[in-house]
Amino acid sequence: MRHIISVLMENEPGALSRVVGLFAQRNFNIESLTVAPTEDSTLSRLTVTTFGSDRVIEQITKQLNKLIDVVKVVDLTEGDHIERELMMIKLKANGQMRAEIKRTADIFRGQIIDVTPNTYTVQLTGASDKLDAFIETLGTAHIMEVVRTGVSGLSRGEKVLSL
Amino acid sequence: MEQLSGGEMVIRALKDEGVKHIYGYPGGALLHIYDALFQQEDVQHVLVRHEQAATHMADAYARATGKAGVALVTSGPGATNAVTGIATAYMDSIPMVVITGQVMSFLIGEDAFQETDMIGVSRPVVKHSFSVQNPEDIPTIIKKAFHIAESGRPGPVVVDIPKDMTTPTDRFDYEYPKSVKMRSYNPVSRGHSGQIKKAMDMVLDAKRPVIYAGGGVIMGDASAELTELAQLLNAPVTNTLMGLGGYPGTDRQFIGMLGMHGSYESNMAMHHADLILAVGARFDDRVTNGVDKFCPTAKIIHVDIDPASISKTIKADVPIVGPAKHVLQEMSSLVKNSKKQLEKEAIESWWQQIEEWRGRHGGRFRTDDSDKMKPQQVIEMLSKVTGGDAYVCSDVGQHQMFAAQYYKFNKPNRWINSGGLGTMGFGLPAAMGVKMNFPDEEVVCVTGEGSIQMNIQELSTISQYDIPLKVICLNNGSLGMVRQWQDMNYESRHSQSYMESLPDFIKLVEAYGHVGIKVDKYEDLEAAMTKAFAMKDRMVFMDITVDPFEHVYPMQVPRGSMRDMWLSKTERT
Repeated sequence: MRHIISVLMENEPGALSRVVGLFAQRNFNIESLTVAPTEDSTLSRLTVTTFGSDRVIEQITKQLNKLIDVVKVVDLTEGDHIERELMMIKLKANGQMRAEIKRTADIFRGQIIDVTPNTYTVQLTGASDKLDAFIETLGTAHIMEVVRTGVSGLSRGEKVLSL
Repeated sequence: MEQLSGGEMVIRALKDEGVKHIYGYPGGALLHIYDALFQQEDVQHVLVRHEQAATHMADAYARATGKAGVALVTSGPGATNAVTGIATAYMDSIPMVVITGQVMSFLIGEDAFQETDMIGVSRPVVKHSFSVQNPEDIPTIIKKAFHIAESGRPGPVVVDIPKDMTTPTDRFDYEYPKSVKMRSYNPVSRGHSGQIKKAMDMVLDAKRPVIYAGGGVIMGDASAELTELAQLLNAPVTNTLMGLGGYPGTDRQFIGMLGMHGSYESNMAMHHADLILAVGARFDDRVTNGVDKFCPTAKIIHVDIDPASISKTIKADVPIVGPAKHVLQEMSSLVKNSKKQLEKEAIESWWQQIEEWRGRHGGRFRTDDSDKMKPQQVIEMLSKVTGGDAYVCSDVGQHQMFAAQYYKFNKPNRWINSGGLGTMGFGLPAAMGVKMNFPDEEVVCVTGEGSIQMNIQELSTISQYDIPLKVICLNNGSLGMVRQWQDMNYESRHSQSYMESLPDFIKLVEAYGHVGIKVDKYEDLEAAMTKAFAMKDRMVFMDITVDPFEHVYPMQVPRGSMRDMWLSKTERT
């Protein structure tokens, strides 16, 4: 099953490599990974999406917690949560496709953020499956380049991941 | 406040941490530190002949004392040579601080001479690592390194120090912190009382309990507590390879080591148990055999300081995260104050069954199938001559298993071997590390002619520091354990497991200034060994010719259950 694991860790050099290395070393899978400092510059927040059985996910959270630089770990998928991913997608936009892309982007509430005579670049935010759906709708024939940030997420309501 | 250079701070911090010996090898990146070392006498340096040996010495010191050992190695090849030793300590959860030199900070990343990304290279085999970015941080980093290495589930910590952090002319205020607090690292100090109570309710309901205790009991200083609980319950105790000595080896309630080469009675008892109390053990693959067939009728209580060890391979019915010492104390006090006790009749009939198993195999081996001496006989003799009281530092292979099976350890911290990583070459430097710190104790390296050659250069270090340890080399002229597997699984095709051109070990050790004794016949063994141990101030190397065809038994049948064992070359359960 797919899990989103959020990690609060010391903003130290090498901390990220310990997390990534752990996944490789213990044969855990990484679907996406995103990391950035938080409002507290001494802390980074990392979000990783992964697949695995309950036993594997339990090991992942336990092993992450064991890393000295890791302050807190939470499996967001255990409770209600919000997840978002940002995608920028560059498309061939000639002839009637120009209008078609614009319409589809509107339906998906995407924005066209760069325009040239032959291309559109669309920015789209949402859950990963929405991004997947956009790609599927337009078809790979028109896609020139895709870049996605990977999933970020947090718990709904009052629950927070902080010190 | 006192002003010290970074190099001086390193040595001074070690002194303030209470370190007496460090093991190392100098090099370019360490010259400032070695110069600081030269100008003081509190911290003694032991110069090895290869960095791997420095790490094994530090590691063995930690295994014998419970305190972190310290190794000091230079950048590049010095650091990479230390990696095997770091991994050895990591796999067995041994506290160690390894200080590695690094090229000047402005050269990092430029492929400078003797540059290696040691933080990166060592990352998968350390508990944590530090890279010094400011000389002022050295005291705090070293304090943290010891704190992390020794607390919680212990492990090795690397401190990587670029040369320009130790420059003699750059001086800074020095103060060694009394303690450190880290928001991201707070190991548990006690087990959950509710869980402990729940566990003991289950234990007291059991009819066929087994206590399965590992290295956590040794490093957690919980041997007395384990013994007390086991005796209160009158429950059988089995130790893992790492846990030997955690329960007295000659006590009736001890049923031997378990696992791949465990005793018949311990593996049978595990398989038939209705309750397993695992303490400081990690259900390693050399213990469980096929996990799907593991102990089908047992409820499992798992006590460990590391939550990640619990339910990693075998699901625990009652997990207890906490230090073995505390948890066992609380368990004993619950038993003492409980009206409920184990059902006497059930335990008696359980013991009857175990005694029957013990009588059926009980660690026997044949001596009539060869005119050569048996390796088991040598270990039994060693146990006799040293009164079962020596520090036994083992290498890796058949001799290691024979030592584990036939030397009766009555005290913790006396069996020193590379259990997890299985590092050949560990034994000799380990014995050196122990003997230097316990000069009045008998310290033995049990090895084979294969393993000993993996760190044989240390015979020179032994001369330099007069370390009168004893080496028992079980010489069967082949890599015995590899050969055994080839006999059992590859129709005796002995691919590369046979060594031609072995050195004359007697001449070799004599060349280094030591005493060599060769023994070929069992009749001569006792006299020769007694003579060797009587030479208190000499290193004596006993080259003992043993039967090359001998196998280690019992041996579990791969992927079977605990009770599926070969008991000899022809007998199977």
